[in-house]
Amino acid sequence: MIELTINGTRHRLDGDPAEPLLYILRNELGLHAAKFGCGLGQCGSCTVLVDGKAVQSCITPLAALAGRAVTTVEGLGTAAAPGVVQQAFIDEQAAQCGYCIPGMIARAEALLRADSRPTEASMRSAMRPSLCRCGTHMRILRAVRRAAMAMGGGIVDPTEPAS
Amino acid sequence: MSGIARRDLLRGGGLVVLFALAGSSVGQEGGTTGGGEGAGAPPEVAPGLPGSLAEFPHLDAWIRIAPDGAATVFTGKAELGQGIGTALLQIAADELDLSLECVSLVTADTGRTPNEGITSGSQSLQNSGTAIAHAAANVRYLLAERAAWRFGVAVETLSTANGVVLASDGRRATYGELAASLSLHVEARPQVVRKRIGVRHHIGRDRPRRDIPPKLTGAAAYAHDMTMPGMLHARVIRGPADGTLLTAPDFDAIARLPGVERLVRTGDFAAMLGPREWPLVQAMLTVGRMPWKRSGAPLPGGDLRDAIRALPAEPDVILERNAAAPVAVRHITARYDRPYLMHGAIGPSCAVALWQDGMMTVWTHSQGVYPLRAALAELLDLPLERVRCIHREGAGCYGHNGADDVAADAALAARAVPGRAVKLMWTREQEHGWEPLGPAMVAELSAGLDADGQIAEWTHAVWSNTHSTRPSRAGDLLAGLEVGRGFAPSPPRAIPQPNGGGDRNAIPLYTLPRVTITSLFVPQMPVRVSALRGLGAHMNVFAIESMIDELAAAAGSDPVAFRLRHLSDPRAIAVIRTLADRFGWARQPSERWRGQGLGFARYKNSGAYCAVAIDLRIEPETGATTVLRAEAAVDAGETVSPNGLRNQIEGGIVQSLSWTAHEEVRFDAARRTAFDWSSYPMIRFDAVPYRMAVHVIDRPSLPFLGAGEASQGPAAAAFANAVTRAIGQRLRSMPLSAERIRRAIAAD
Amino acid sequence: MALAVAAALLVFTVWAREPAIAAIERPDPARFDRRQVASGAALARIGNCASCHTVSGGRVYAGGTPIRTPFGTIHGSNITPDPETGIGTWSYEAFARSMREGVGRDGSHLYPAFPYDRLRHTGEADLRALYAFLMTRDAVRAEPPANTLVPPLGWRPVLAGWKLLALPRRAPQAPQPQLGKLWERGRYLGEGLAHCGSCHSPRGILQQELRDRAYAGGWSDGWYAPPLDATSPAVRAWTTQRLYAYFRTGLSTAHAAAAGPMGPVTHNLARTPGGDVRALAAYYAWTMRDAPAARAEPALPDRAALAARRHPAGAALFRGACAACHEPGAAMMAAGRPDLRLGSPLHEDNPRDTVQIILQGLEPPVEPNGPYMPGYADTLTDAQIAAITAYMRARWGSGPDWGDIEQAVADARDGSSK
Repeated sequence: MIELTINGTRHRLDGDPAEPLLYILRNELGLHAAKFGCGLGQCGSCTVLVDGKAVQSCITPLAALAGRAVTTVEGLGTAAAPGVVQQAFIDEQAAQCGYCIPGMIARAEALLRADSRPTEASMRSAMRPSLCRCGTHMRILRAVRRAAMAMGGGIVDPTEPAS
Repeated sequence: MSGIARRDLLRGGGLVVLFALAGSSVGQEGGTTGGGEGAGAPPEVAPGLPGSLAEFPHLDAWIRIAPDGAATVFTGKAELGQGIGTALLQIAADELDLSLECVSLVTADTGRTPNEGITSGSQSLQNSGTAIAHAAANVRYLLAERAAWRFGVAVETLSTANGVVLASDGRRATYGELAASLSLHVEARPQVVRKRIGVRHHIGRDRPRRDIPPKLTGAAAYAHDMTMPGMLHARVIRGPADGTLLTAPDFDAIARLPGVERLVRTGDFAAMLGPREWPLVQAMLTVGRMPWKRSGAPLPGGDLRDAIRALPAEPDVILERNAAAPVAVRHITARYDRPYLMHGAIGPSCAVALWQDGMMTVWTHSQGVYPLRAALAELLDLPLERVRCIHREGAGCYGHNGADDVAADAALAARAVPGRAVKLMWTREQEHGWEPLGPAMVAELSAGLDADGQIAEWTHAVWSNTHSTRPSRAGDLLAGLEVGRGFAPSPPRAIPQPNGGGDRNAIPLYTLPRVTITSLFVPQMPVRVSALRGLGAHMNVFAIESMIDELAAAAGSDPVAFRLRHLSDPRAIAVIRTLADRFGWARQPSERWRGQGLGFARYKNSGAYCAVAIDLRIEPETGATTVLRAEAAVDAGETVSPNGLRNQIEGGIVQSLSWTAHEEVRFDAARRTAFDWSSYPMIRFDAVPYRMAVHVIDRPSLPFLGAGEASQGPAAAAFANAVTRAIGQRLRSMPLSAERIRRAIAAD
Repeated sequence: MALAVAAALLVFTVWAREPAIAAIERPDPARFDRRQVASGAALARIGNCASCHTVSGGRVYAGGTPIRTPFGTIHGSNITPDPETGIGTWSYEAFARSMREGVGRDGSHLYPAFPYDRLRHTGEADLRALYAFLMTRDAVRAEPPANTLVPPLGWRPVLAGWKLLALPRRAPQAPQPQLGKLWERGRYLGEGLAHCGSCHSPRGILQQELRDRAYAGGWSDGWYAPPLDATSPAVRAWTTQRLYAYFRTGLSTAHAAAAGPMGPVTHNLARTPGGDVRALAAYYAWTMRDAPAARAEPALPDRAALAARRHPAGAALFRGACAACHEPGAAMMAAGRPDLRLGSPLHEDNPRDTVQIILQGLEPPVEPNGPYMPGYADTLTDAQIAAITAYMRARWGSGPDWGDIEQAVADARDGSSK
């Protein structure tokens, strides 16, 4: 029996403590934002927040989550009332197929919670674990910059690296 | 009322639109249903009608109006993340004169929508968009005619506004009530014209994509997210990669594993089913321990590009011209090539299938639900009408990936459990191991400059396997080859010009007096391949635009000026000029290890015009490139959604940078060795450009031109040309990786 | 008394002083022999110079890399030929003195994070080649950040005292002509320029390498650098061939992938002419010739059931977090990436490397395609990482249980070297 909080609601889950969070979210709780991409922690599609940090839920066993707080993208807002980062992604139309985007949003959320004034380099480095195959990267970065501004921060240096 | 007065009225009234019929047909935008890929598209029955109306001329195939006035639009094309869902609604809402909220869209479904073949070749707006625009204009006209009859007035005196037909005396009728009294099962009339440009509200404007907010907040938007009561999860059991076979699989051991409720076997096809997904994930480790062998033909050793170049080929001269021109005094000959590339969907292929009451329903992210249905019907030995394929979005596919194969896997699994839906998803390793790859290609070019530095002669020979093995028969599906019923794959075929496969975009748009372009189709496939976004265009544009830069350098000419000197198409010239101007081509920084490059093409020589310029810097010690800036100019004819168009062009540039600089499928003696993102890496955030801008040249009076594959070729060439400028050497073999660049610098 | 101290200090300062060597105009890069430059390029890779003299995302050799030491943080200097911020005004003599004596052109003592205690064994021709290579790089203007060291280490004359106490006077390993030319070349490079002992040897209280315990295992950037001597914990012999493959590809299929600070070393060796790499391989195969695995490679049992009984929590965490790649049957292993039991970390006498790999993950060391592992620093707590580590040690490792692994995780997060 493992007790954890998901989007503010306490859950008591029994079953295999090894089962990665991703399958619980998608198949047991009907939370579909986190996606299966690789099951190997290589692509970031399944990223959620655990205690405010970006974590790949496909390699996070339930047993690792006892007493911890999980936030999925569903917990950040709804289509009618999107969260700050979600709104920034909508404003930038930062999606093509959209499959990777919930993971991107979770990762951006974790970054901006830790530091609402990241540098361009630290933003890219924070987003690096997440893959996008459609090539939506430029819009995703724009959305993160926009979200940082909306949170009262911003990207501290220009987008062009020093020569 | 004079024309001028009408225009004033329109400007003032905003929503008021008047009717008129054209004197003659406007069907100059002829329809073909795909990029030349696949089979099974229906014949043209109304060749005078534009877009896919030529195949499906009846209005109710495209648009239905409910009693409450809401319109449902049907398209045989699928939303693949390219944003057509919203773009087609913009078109329909505009032509119907309805608010966007009152229009909904049904996409590719063999039970409901027209058969528009495959969603490929950047054809959706050209074919479906054109059809829907004209169908909607027809419907609006029909509704007005009905109102005119009811009001006893001439149709020309009526106008429409937001779902209502208005008479000049103030009488009105809603679309809902009018539609209830007439049939839309009538053929479109070619002489019904679309609304004038000035009175369109949605086309050409940015409308937020309707699918984005749900996708960003956790809605079940993808086939992967579907759940149904009593649904079983499933995994397919096969060897580790294309061309392999498990030698003696211990199915009893698998069947005994906890959570495996059912093992389905037909011939060599096997799948395991269970109520929960996680036990199946773990059971795959047992499968991974099973011995396998290579069952396909032995792989040729060495670099498979050389094997493709050496295999028997069927030459087809697709262009030969021998115009008078000065003699060439300087020649350049070069070979360009690219490795096998992967589609690499971020989500592995997935399908949900339900076998119930003698009917097989498959929810699939295939790009061609109709051809898939035919293949599945043969595989399942069912009549066509007993199989229904409904498109559900998947992760972006960029061509023919595992989507169709997994649909067959799911259908076979579901057949064993009547009444229960089965969701079968490939593993990441299966996706990397089994998806049909984008073909490796070789292009050999030679060109000659005359004494004035003009191109006098040009030859281009391109070797390639087919670029489409999209399924239309059971033998085209992986499972079809496993079930042991003697199904064989369709023989590989070359996609003919003007679309072309390996020779797509092999014909340059430049003015070339003496030219021979030869497509060398290689029927024998060492590796299973199929359509990857852009087909041969990525390779051919890379080659052509590299060669153009090589010639410009030999002629001592600026690459932009050199291109403009060899172009006559004003739209091509405008695209390059716009880009050069906005990019600041004339004011390039001159800095060591920094370079700028440009690439241009008109996709398929019939789609969108696109030019890309790249400014990059190279770290000479490591060869690592930093793309400081990438800009593009694009002319896609009438632009429906400028933001959506920019999104496609931006994405194409980044994807092409990944293909061109980072990707290569490798093989050992037995199989491809790519099984995940560590063995087949792609571009990550640290390597994408620092700045990007896309400049849209809107041509509101001209037909839609597909743009989904317009930027890949130009971006590849722009990158290569920029690298050449930066390091003073030409790299002609993809990927232009950091290590290749470093070695070139070190060897210099 | 105060006077005596002041006098001693004065005497010390005078004694500690080294003269400046006159600044020169930056030599014309075209003046250097191309072959000499190419040879210098290979030597610079063997010396792994770029690792400390390149900041992440910055120009190679332009310095700025923070190097954490027990006494504070030192930043790698700019060794491009920029006259103001690099070594553009250094004559060959100034360069050679820095490599041999750890003294900058201006006469100031250099911190021994710059391993001149080993670089000093580099021969004249090789030093000239290195000089030619560095002076023909792009001059990059880049001032590294100021060092942050505990007092009085900010005062460089102190380093003269360190040198007196800590710097060995003779070559660490005498030539042995009977072992052949390859061995000799390996010895020369390994003991000198490649400075392998800087990480793989224990250090004393002054952070000097303990020469009498050379290659008995040391610390680097918070990672444990395992012994390269008879106490090597490897369970498969490090033969010349395997070491060569490891150096060239970042992966030994009989051992593991290069992780942590070893990654860049293999990245560089993969881009070095094969002969010198083979020599290094031959030499270190020799230093480990008496290691247990060199005599007999042990059977490697998979004690899965036992380990799961002893560490049930660790077993469950492993199954959910690690098995997709590391359980037999996983595609990664079927594709030829080695079994966890083959790598040294689970056989070392401390859990640090196992813990570091779990925390930080792995970037492909040599080519973009190669072993990749996500880091679990934010995914798992210290206790959870400790549980997985204990489970893996019990399942595949050798040697007694590691003591307080949770503390080791905390130390690793902290980056400390112990």
